[in-house]
Amino acid sequence: MKILSKIYVTLMLIFLYAPLAVMIVFSLNSGESVWVFEGFSADWYLSLATNSSMISGLEHTLIVAFLSAAISTVVGTAAAVGITSLRKKISQKLVMSVTNIPMMNADIVTGISLMLLFVFVGKLIGLDESLGFLTVLIPHITFNLPYVIQSVLPHLKQTYRNSSEAALDLGCTPVKAFFKAVLPSISTGIITGFIMAFTLSLDDFVISYFTCGHYQTLPIVIYNMTKKTVTPDVYALSTIVFLSVFVLLILYNTVQNKSDKRRNRHA
Amino acid sequence: MHKKIMALFVVLSLICTLLAGCGYEYQDIEYESDYQNNLKGTVLNVYNWGEYISDGSDGCIDANREFERLTGIKVNYTTFESNETMYSQLKSGGVSYDIIIPSDYMIERLKNENMLKKIDVGKLKNYHYIKDEYKNLFYDENNEYSVPYNVGMVGIIYNPTIIGEPEHSWKSLWSEKYKDMSLNFSNPRDGFMTAQMILGYDLNSTDKKEWDNALKLLKDGKSVLQSYVMDEIYGKMETGEAAIGPYYAGDYLTMYETNDDLKFYYPKEGTNIFVDAVCIPSSVKNYEAAMLYIDFLLEPEIALANAEYICYASPNTAVINNPEYYYYKNEILYPKKEDMPKVQYYHDIAPEIRSYYENLWIDLKLY
Amino acid sequence: MNNKGFGRRILTSPYIVWSAIFVIVPLLIMVYFALTDNNGIFTIQNLQGIGKYKKAFGLSILYAVIATVITLVISYPMAYFMTKMNISSQRMIMMIVMLPMWTNFLIRTYSWITILANKGIINTVLNRLGFHTLRLINTPGAVILGMVYDFIPYMILPIYSVMCKIDNSLLEAASDLGSNGFSRLRRVIIPLSVPGVISGITMVFVPSVSTFYISQKLGGNKTLLIGDAIEYLFNAGPDFYNIASALSLVLMVMILICLAVMNKFTNEDDGGVII
Repeated sequence: MKILSKIYVTLMLIFLYAPLAVMIVFSLNSGESVWVFEGFSADWYLSLATNSSMISGLEHTLIVAFLSAAISTVVGTAAAVGITSLRKKISQKLVMSVTNIPMMNADIVTGISLMLLFVFVGKLIGLDESLGFLTVLIPHITFNLPYVIQSVLPHLKQTYRNSSEAALDLGCTPVKAFFKAVLPSISTGIITGFIMAFTLSLDDFVISYFTCGHYQTLPIVIYNMTKKTVTPDVYALSTIVFLSVFVLLILYNTVQNKSDKRRNRHA
Repeated sequence: MHKKIMALFVVLSLICTLLAGCGYEYQDIEYESDYQNNLKGTVLNVYNWGEYISDGSDGCIDANREFERLTGIKVNYTTFESNETMYSQLKSGGVSYDIIIPSDYMIERLKNENMLKKIDVGKLKNYHYIKDEYKNLFYDENNEYSVPYNVGMVGIIYNPTIIGEPEHSWKSLWSEKYKDMSLNFSNPRDGFMTAQMILGYDLNSTDKKEWDNALKLLKDGKSVLQSYVMDEIYGKMETGEAAIGPYYAGDYLTMYETNDDLKFYYPKEGTNIFVDAVCIPSSVKNYEAAMLYIDFLLEPEIALANAEYICYASPNTAVINNPEYYYYKNEILYPKKEDMPKVQYYHDIAPEIRSYYENLWIDLKLY
Repeated sequence: MNNKGFGRRILTSPYIVWSAIFVIVPLLIMVYFALTDNNGIFTIQNLQGIGKYKKAFGLSILYAVIATVITLVISYPMAYFMTKMNISSQRMIMMIVMLPMWTNFLIRTYSWITILANKGIINTVLNRLGFHTLRLINTPGAVILGMVYDFIPYMILPIYSVMCKIDNSLLEAASDLGSNGFSRLRRVIIPLSVPGVISGITMVFVPSVSTFYISQKLGGNKTLLIGDAIEYLFNAGPDFYNIASALSLVLMVMILICLAVMNKFTNEDDGGVII
């Protein structure tokens, strides 16, 4: 059984990482193709610096991902706190079903409906140009919000009542109680929410595709490139992103493991 | 720890911003027109076909960056993959552009729908380089709205090492012999053209019957095809994944650079000829900069760099008559009179026929 | 106390305003487009015109169902085996499963072309070993593979996180009552992991049924899935916005029906999405 499970997990990981291995290997290709491997070279990494559309795409992506994750974390956390205080079950249910819409709906429908809204409003107020930075940011915040709420909510359900009431009993003002007692106890949820929002925003292609206008994010730039011949520089850029995230996650993981051990020792 | 992660994100994005500026070495270029930098700091939105300007790769000129250095205007360059996508973007009002480079029939349509701004060619110092043959064409009879950028014809690219020598006809795309090895266009206008040519029809037919027949022929050919492509054809032909497919002559030359097994012919039934020209949409925001940019594209050295990068035929006499031009008197780009295939231009078709064939194209894809 | 409750409730208001403007209103506008013609006059022609696309709908559903079933079948054991590891390797493997999601899905999909192409990695190996070239790319199988691959983390993670929460004492109790490994799985683990399975199914089915990139790249652009049709129409210009909106509307309703049917299977209200 043990061996069987090991083999299975290994096979799955091979499946998950085969395309990524292709990506990394071909990013080092000395030829121009991502289909025929001609030899190793790091030229594509160096040429990245001159590819202004890709660099600006990456910049746009990071700005949007960061801002949308930050804004949706703040608004979403506030909303989650509010939702737990809604007294009527029915209004809680209503808010939650609205929350579910962007999460359950197909991206293409979300993207199209938002684009129609922006273009419609743009025409209404006589704008020459209704799509741009804001129309990328707004949809990203919109689809991030439900995920933030969903990751904060369970933590609130567990701790909110008890800790905030305890803090109030000890003489804190409600605001202070929130920051001193509630916030620390839901911080894991908030951080998970933020990271998830960041990831989703980073990966989004379909929605931005319909709403981005001039403000092309990296996935849009990549999409346009896969319409043409893909050269290994796209792979090089993706490899850099992949490896940086990989290193970050390893770091995060070791730190967590250490703190776990410390906690265990104390216990 | 989390703070550190966030700090890293910020640092990452800063690095990207810094990187964006370096790596390209500016070149010594002699310009014929004067470029003031009184528009310094403004932005010019350029909307062009993919891979349709010299971009600084392999030591060539980075046209946009040279223009930025020359004038101080920031070029915001984005790309489209078909005339229809470009039109759709422009029409939706979602985005505005200062420069667009559509093809002939699309220019006619944009002009008819009042979506273009007039260009006073008298103000362009380098306009005299445009070959007379490409002036006063049907889509812009008085040269008021467009300045030719590239010229091209459609032909068939094939790989003789895989399929031998095909019949020099459009029918080869239908041949059972090349099953799963042949490609066709994934945009309706060019796709229908391949069938219309076999049937001997006018490419701008207003007879719905003719479009129906062309659709029938395309449906018959679908089972033989490997896939419908646009620029994906590059990878497929270069690696031998596919062996025969129709595309624009200039792109064949680009593919040939990678795979010199590839060959090319103009089908005997005739083919489509097109002119892609620079226009200024009516929603323009930086008209003066757009005029500068057009003049800049006509500069002999810039036009030469573009012609060699894009590999399409140039309408610019400073390029065509330059013996140092890599494709000087190239037989495929500039065929001699007696080798010239029978050609037809696309025209803007009545809206009713247009949506008719757009719908038929969906039928083909659904088939 | 009452006052404080109000203070907290007011925290929801930015979110509610936001959702109303950017979730509800856009959908209403889409419905408006679906029910009008180019001149803004009410019509049901767009909805009638949808009959033409039934093949696209049918194929999309078929491919998405097959992809979802395959994803479920291969993800479930994976999630189960993950819960059997020690805590630190669990965390590690979670990250390894999530990591591909940080690479753009277009790139991940595109890489498969290199693997599956006629001259690709698999066929090169086969040819070296003396086998014939297999036709892998530009087939329905390749499209389904693309769907499975791109969305599989969304299946593994929710199942895993539900399984993690299964109380060990329940399993021990089951053993004490004489259950063997298999019946423990059947009687305890599977029933308790249903909420995770449901949300996994949703999170794989919805993007699969509406995808438009995977089919274009891996399917040879020869068959039109419903997402392709919508994307094509939107690119064909504003004249086609109405019919495209109608298609999107039908797609949305279809997805909602599927979700409602699936929700019938779960009566717990925390069966929502967990990553």
